[in-house]
Amino acid sequence: MNAKTADKIATAVFYAIAGSVILILAFLLGYILISGFPKLTWQFLTTTAKAFTAGGGIGIQLFNSFYLLLLAMLISFPIALGAGIYLNEYAKQNWLTTIIRTAIEILSSLPSVVVGLFGFLLFVVHMKMGFSILSGALALTFFNLPLLTRSIEGSLAAIPNLQREAGLALGLSRWETVTHVILPAAVPSILTGVILSAGRVFGEAAALIYTSGQSAPALNFGDWNPFNISSPLNPMRPAETLAVHIWKINSEGIMPDASAVSAGSSAVLVLAVLLFNFLARWLGRRLYHRLTSSTN
Amino acid sequence: MSEKINASADAPLRNIYHFDEATHEIALSTHNLHVFYGDNEALTEGDLQFERYKITALIGASGSGKSTFLRSLNRMNDGIARVEGEIRYRDLDINSNQIDVYEMRRHIGMVFQRPNPFAKSIYDNITFALKQRGVRNKQRLDEIVETSLRQAAMWDQVKDELHQSALALSGGQQQRLCIARAIAMAPDILLLDEPASALDPVATSQIEDTLLQLKEKYTIIIVTHNMQQAARISDYTAFFHLGKVLEYDEARKIFTRPKVAITNDYISGNFG
Repeated sequence: MNAKTADKIATAVFYAIAGSVILILAFLLGYILISGFPKLTWQFLTTTAKAFTAGGGIGIQLFNSFYLLLLAMLISFPIALGAGIYLNEYAKQNWLTTIIRTAIEILSSLPSVVVGLFGFLLFVVHMKMGFSILSGALALTFFNLPLLTRSIEGSLAAIPNLQREAGLALGLSRWETVTHVILPAAVPSILTGVILSAGRVFGEAAALIYTSGQSAPALNFGDWNPFNISSPLNPMRPAETLAVHIWKINSEGIMPDASAVSAGSSAVLVLAVLLFNFLARWLGRRLYHRLTSSTN
Repeated sequence: MSEKINASADAPLRNIYHFDEATHEIALSTHNLHVFYGDNEALTEGDLQFERYKITALIGASGSGKSTFLRSLNRMNDGIARVEGEIRYRDLDINSNQIDVYEMRRHIGMVFQRPNPFAKSIYDNITFALKQRGVRNKQRLDEIVETSLRQAAMWDQVKDELHQSALALSGGQQQRLCIARAIAMAPDILLLDEPASALDPVATSQIEDTLLQLKEKYTIIIVTHNMQQAARISDYTAFFHLGKVLEYDEARKIFTRPKVAITNDYISGNFG
């Protein structure tokens, strides 16, 4: 076999492999979206779930998912940002940072169900937070922190050293250089990382089953005082998310339209995650152009 | 040839130009400067004086220690290498750890080999460090932007796009923006580390013209691999070889009658 034929065969094989990856994705997405599509009505998206009768919606679960995501991000982003800045900009290469990096690596490979059970023991039982959004958000922080830290560290590392030297040579301190030169330049890529990890957190179920719980008590969307038990903002209430809802319907759902609700919920979940991904790309590009020019 | 090399290596000081300080104003001088990367000594005995409002070129093969020397002059080697010895600037030893490095670097600015504008607009590139130092007056900032861009010979090209991204400029323009950014801080001394090596010949000659104009107001020390460039623009030239300054003299002497054989070999392109 001559080199040309070998090259042709190899190219064909790689095309086939790449094509099959796309096919699998397209099949999965298509199946989920098509089977869930009939359910996608405003009524389904906004009404409460029903346990025994048909026609239940996912309004509360949807809200819970977003609220939990927001809280988890509020907790984990500042920590991850600080850790990422420390690791990339300040830390020297020594045994301490090696330990930190190894710890992050191990933490990021922990199965989420283990993180969930740990969160159950620590937050729900030991710290007496009960099944609550706060417990769930903290468990998600454990789950999210290592991924986010590494993504932020990577974003900062992608900014060339020349930029740091440029700042220092102008008499700027390291802190000024990091906060005003490196971080702004890294914002688009940091943001992309945040949104992509938001997509992962949004679809997480296992870590939440034992922390934020499997029940979605009725909420009063007219009451925004976070200290009232029926307020949507109350972080101490149990909150079943969309992903947990799907798991629960499929394992013990007894409503007559269980499979339709499950299919509809799955479609919403997948659409939301897709939306996160496209949003990440679009916003990253937009921001890059915004940040590199100034308005007078 | 080898005899002459040995002779010069034994008594290097004879070939190092020393200024008469009564007639020449010294902007910066180094005494007994040694630079170490770990245990590896990259520079030994860098003893040089730099005259005010002159261009001094540092030449030598790759790895001869000239960039290491240059980067030590405004402490850019901090945290990378260990620098021992004395760097005198205005009766201060700026290599001492009591020096406010950030303050010092505003007097001794630096332009790097590859253009490194911030991912900001042209205007913000120049004003950003000034704003951090408390210059807030819009009119004052506008003035500084204009004068420094004029000094870097690029005002006419960019005056209508000051608020667009500096990253959209060509390489030569980016490098001149970096020069403008450095002189906006009104430094005393400008260090340039092969500022034209990543540029095409046209942009290079523009940068050279810019430097010749800038020496009326700034003391310039430039590392270059380009012999013609050193000959064209420098008043004094130091030849670095294997971590030592082998010869330092007026540029016309270095390029016409070098005292050391290795210098002659290098400038005539026999090695390096």
